[in-house]
Parts: sequence; structure tokens; C-alpha cells
Amino acid sequence: MIKAILIFNNHGKPRLIRFYEYFAEDLQQQIIRETFHLVSKRDDNVCNFLEGGSLIGGSDYKLIYRHYATLYFVFCVDSSESELGILDLIQVFVETLDKCFENVCELDLIFHMDKVHFILQEVVMGGMVLETNMNEIVGQVELQNRMEKSEGGFSAAPARAVSAVKNMNLPEMPRNINIGDINIKVPSLSPF
Amino acid sequence: MPAPIRLRELIRTIRTARTQAEEREMIQKECAAIRSSFREEDNTYRCRNVAKLLYMHMLGYPAHFGQLECLKLIASQKFTDKRIGYLGAMLLLDERQDVHLLMTNCIKNDLNHSTQYVQGLALCTLGCMGSSEMCRDLAGEVEKLLKTSNSYLRKKAALCAVHVIRKVPELMEMFLPATKNLLSEKNHGVLHTSVVLLTEMCERSPDMLLHFRKLVPQLVRILKNLIMSGYSPEHDVSGISDPFLQVRILRLLRILGRSDDDSSEAMNDILAQVATNTETSKNVGNAILYETVLTIMDIKSESGLRVLAINILGRFLLNNDKNIRYVALTSLLKTVQTDHNAVQRHRSTIVDCLKDLDVSIKRRAMELSFALVNGNNIRGMMKELLYFLDSCDPEFKADCASGVFLAAEKYAPSKRWHIDTIMRVLTTAGSYVRDDSVPNLIQLITNSVEMHAYTVQRLYKALLDDISQQPLVQVSSWCIGEYGDLLYLDSVRRRSPSR
Repeated sequence: MIKAILIFNNHGKPRLIRFYEYFAEDLQQQIIRETFHLVSKRDDNVCNFLEGGSLIGGSDYKLIYRHYATLYFVFCVDSSESELGILDLIQVFVETLDKCFENVCELDLIFHMDKVHFILQEVVMGGMVLETNMNEIVGQVELQNRMEKSEGGFSAAPARAVSAVKNMNLPEMPRNINIGDINIKVPSLSPF
Repeated sequence: MPAPIRLRELIRTIRTARTQAEEREMIQKECAAIRSSFREEDNTYRCRNVAKLLYMHMLGYPAHFGQLECLKLIASQKFTDKRIGYLGAMLLLDERQDVHLLMTNCIKNDLNHSTQYVQGLALCTLGCMGSSEMCRDLAGEVEKLLKTSNSYLRKKAALCAVHVIRKVPELMEMFLPATKNLLSEKNHGVLHTSVVLLTEMCERSPDMLLHFRKLVPQLVRILKNLIMSGYSPEHDVSGISDPFLQVRILRLLRILGRSDDDSSEAMNDILAQVATNTETSKNVGNAILYETVLTIMDIKSESGLRVLAINILGRFLLNNDKNIRYVALTSLLKTVQTDHNAVQRHRSTIVDCLKDLDVSIKRRAMELSFALVNGNNIRGMMKELLYFLDSCDPEFKADCASGVFLAAEKYAPSKRWHIDTIMRVLTTAGSYVRDDSVPNLIQLITNSVEMHAYTVQRLYKALLDDISQQPLVQVSSWCIGEYGDLLYLDSVRRRSPSR
């Protein structure tokens, strides 16, 4: 059983929080902080499994996580789940997000927290894996979104908001920064 | 009263806050606006307001005043309202609040709604947070949906049924008839959740387990089709057909085959097939192999199959992927008691893992190494473990020291070797040695009468080098107090300690 799914960024800011077991609200926030603390101090080349922090149940639970550029996807599971299987599941979830948002990035998760929840709902239900076929998930989410659209939705058309944010005038990042005799090569930014 | 701001506007505003205090101020201002909007019983913007509330809740701000509003949304006719209302209920409510019972009627109606997505929302919510009372009231509806031909609803009903059974175990019988033809489904989503439901029922009730044993041939057939089916673009993940379903079936087979010879025999062939044919270059293949190994080790498989399984684990230990190495070590730890000899064959690889950079892997390797120590390999193993003790992180030292003492006590080839080993631990990791080891060591030294002189001289020399480690000082002081006169024995001093 999956006890919780947490997505937060490299600074610990929550982007999606879903608990499948009851935790009081302040405890939820403590768990997020504790999980971030445990996961962020891991090197990039160690294994993706950790024992659960004491707040979430300690050694009876495992934290299985994947780090994609600026985001951590952490699934807290008990011993009935296959560790390698959950790693694959995280991959499926992320690829599904990618399909739904067209090259998903952190901003998409920030501004569409509700949509991400709806997508997750088609993958995991009640702490158990519901569907792993990406096309099925995307198709079902699409149809439900269309139903919402036909009723008028509850905020400005999502597509417009996202493109507005994506077209924001972020400062141009030059490939090379030349300051006097210092020459810094800027690494290319990944889509995340 | 101006229209409440949109969710995206709120998010954008909050992101401009430069301090926690600024953010809190913005949130409080918006909460006040939302509260008055709720008071006005505004139907049009209720969903927008609840969405904002959920966002603020995620950031850690109180949102309980929105609970009733979620219920109003659920009761609305609009899909948009229901969607966010049910999400809000799942995030903000739980059975501890009486208010959740008010949902029961809405969920009941929605389970019978004409739109499958509304039915889906209801099943999802019931399956996530339904209390025992709700489950009792609505189990009949869930059972009905478990028999529908609509695969979208059927798969959700299966997981909802799992939740109902967990909350009200007596209701398990009720779902039995509906499980009859679950495995004949073509839809993989339904198959997957059906296997989860069957697994839950078998784990909870020995009678159910007996009843479902007859499904073994059907499960074996499904698994065979998945492996032999060739490329199926619909279910393909990295070249393997629906690995998630394969893993689930393997797990159910494990439960069914445990302590039953006939079932175990019926699955022998397929397990051997999966173990030898699965492509291991990607993680999905390894997940299946791993599950296969666990199943082989747990059921009454023939010895050839068991050796095959342990060898797969041995191969995993050499894999470049750290995750694979980690799960291999975890599994070997589980099987080392029952298949000790087979695991021994991989001892050198396991000992190499002590030098891994990954802390999780090091810990597993250490535990496994101690489990593998026996009378035959004690000298070689102890060399490696003492080296590990020297160089490992402080978090391991206490456990490692205790492990060394235990192993030395059980298998020491000679008293001198034993004393030397203890000395080595006290001098290299002295400050991490557990308090209860000191009296044990003293007891040991007392009993080794012929070694008293040797021991006290070595301890004295160690103290001269380093007086900072408390356990060493404790043991040494006691020894010198007891056997100090032996410090003057020339014959012992000249003899060099054997390895």
C-alpha cells in the first residue's frame, strides 16, 4: 500500500501532497519537512530507497524517490509494494504528466495542482495502483477535462494561463558570460 | 462584491511574496475573502474558492472552514463542481469528522449516476476515505459495479471493494460471487485491480485462500500469454508486456503456492520460464525477475529452481544499477537462513559491497556478512569486517562492533585470536562499543586463564597509545587491577602475537 505521495522541489516547497492515510494537518507539514530533509541530503548516485522517517512510520515504511532536475517525486510505501515496481510507477506517472502537459515542467505543477491531482487519481486510488497504461490514463483525463470545459470550467482557460506564464519575459540566458577576463560557460537548462 | 480571484492569480500573487510573513498576510487576506464568499452562498464561484483553499492547504495553512463547502460542491449537478468537491473531501475530510457522513447520500446517488466519470469520482472517494458505516451502507452498490461490463468502472470498483473489505472484513463474502469471472477480463486495468482484490481476500482469509487456489492454472495461463505474446504496443513498457500486471500475478501466485505442494508444482514451469526469459537490460525486467525470485523462495519450489533464484540474486549483486544491488542484498538477507549454502557461494561479492559508496547498500552488506560468518570462513570474514569497522561511517560502528563480538564469541578458532580481535575493536572503534560489551569482555578474559598475561600486556600497551576511548580504558583498568603482576612476565612480552 502506498501511504503517501509527495512532490516537492529542491528547496522543499511542496508541489503536490497526497496522503492515503489520516495525518493531522500540522503532522502532514512536519512529514513533508522530514522527508525533504532525508531525501535532499542523498547523493545523485546512491540507490533510490530509504527507510521512512520516524514521523511517517519508521522502518516499517520505505521512501522510494526519483529526482528529476528541480523536483523530487517521493512515494512512501509499506512492504507489500515492490520497490523496483514503484520506481517504474513513478516513471509512468511522470511520463503521463509529460503527455498531459506537453513537456511538463515545474511551473505546470505549480499552476495546475488540481489537474495533477486529477491525473494522479487515475493512477493511484486509495493507496493502491489503479492503472499503469499511459494512454488509458491520458485518454480518461482528457475526456473528463472536456466535460469540465463544456460546463465553462472554474477559471480562465488553462491553456491561455500557461502560455502566458511560459511567455513571461524571463531574462535571456546567454550561453557565455564574459566579464573582463573571466569567461563562464552556462550549462543548458533541462526542460524541468 | 467583486468576483473572487482565479486560482492562477492567487498562485502568482503568493509567488511574489519575499518572506514567510508576507505570504501569510496574502493568504489571510484571501481566506477572509473566501470566507465572505462562502457566507454569501455563492454557487458560481464556490468551486474556484475551494480550489484556492486546497492550494493554501498544501502550503500548510488551515482550511477546515471549507469542509462543508466541499459537501455542497459534491451535491451540485455540475461535473466541475463534483470533481473539485470530491478532491476537497479527500484532502480535507476524514472519518474523524462527523461531517463526512453527510457525503453518504451523495455518493450513493453518484454511484448510480448516468455519467461514468461521476460514478468514478464516487468510487474513488469511497475507496479512499469511506468510513466503516459508509462502506456498510454502500457495499451493495460497489458489488453491483464490480459486475459491470464497463472496464473503467469495474477496475475502480475492484479497488473500492478492497477498501470496503479492509474497513468491514465481514463483508468479504459478499464480493465472492462477483470475483468469479474477473480473471477472464481482457482489459489489463481490470485484470490488475482484480488481482489486487483477490490478493487482499487471500491474505485475509484462509478459507478464501483455499477457494482461490483453483485459480492457479488460469493465472499461470495469463502470465504465459503476457510473456509469449510478443510486441503489444498497448501494454508495452520498454519492450515488456505489462510488467506491472506480471508482478502482481507473481505476487498472488506466491501467496497461493505458499505451503501447498500441488499449487507450487503447477507454477514451477512458468516461474522457470520467467526467470530465464526476462530481458534484464531495463529496470522493468529486473522488477519482474525480482518478484519471480521472491516467489520461488517463498513457495515449495524444487531445489533446482531455488538455486536458479539465488543465482539471479547473485547476478543482481554485480549489476551497475545501485537499486538492483540494494534489492538483491535485501532478498539475500531474507533467504540466508533457509538457503544458507546457496547464499554462501556469493560471499565474496557480498563482502565487496562493504566497500560500496552507498550507505543503504553498505548497511545491507554488513548485515548479510554477519549472517554468513561460520566456523569455516571466520578468519577471512573477520579480516574484511575489521577493515570495514576501521573505515566505515560512525553510524555503523556500534552495530558492527557488536556483530564482531558476537561472531568472535561463536566461532573464534583460538583464544589468542579472540583476544586479538577484541583488542582490534577496542582500539579502532573503542568509543562506539556498546556499554554492555564491557562486562562481557571482562567475563571472557577472566575465563581465558592462560591468556591473562598476554591480554594484560597488550591492553597496557594499547592504553599507552591512546587513553581516550572509554570502553578500552574500562577493560584495561580492570585487567591491570586484576593481573597487573603479570605485566612483569618477560616470557610473554618477548613472544609476538599470532595472527
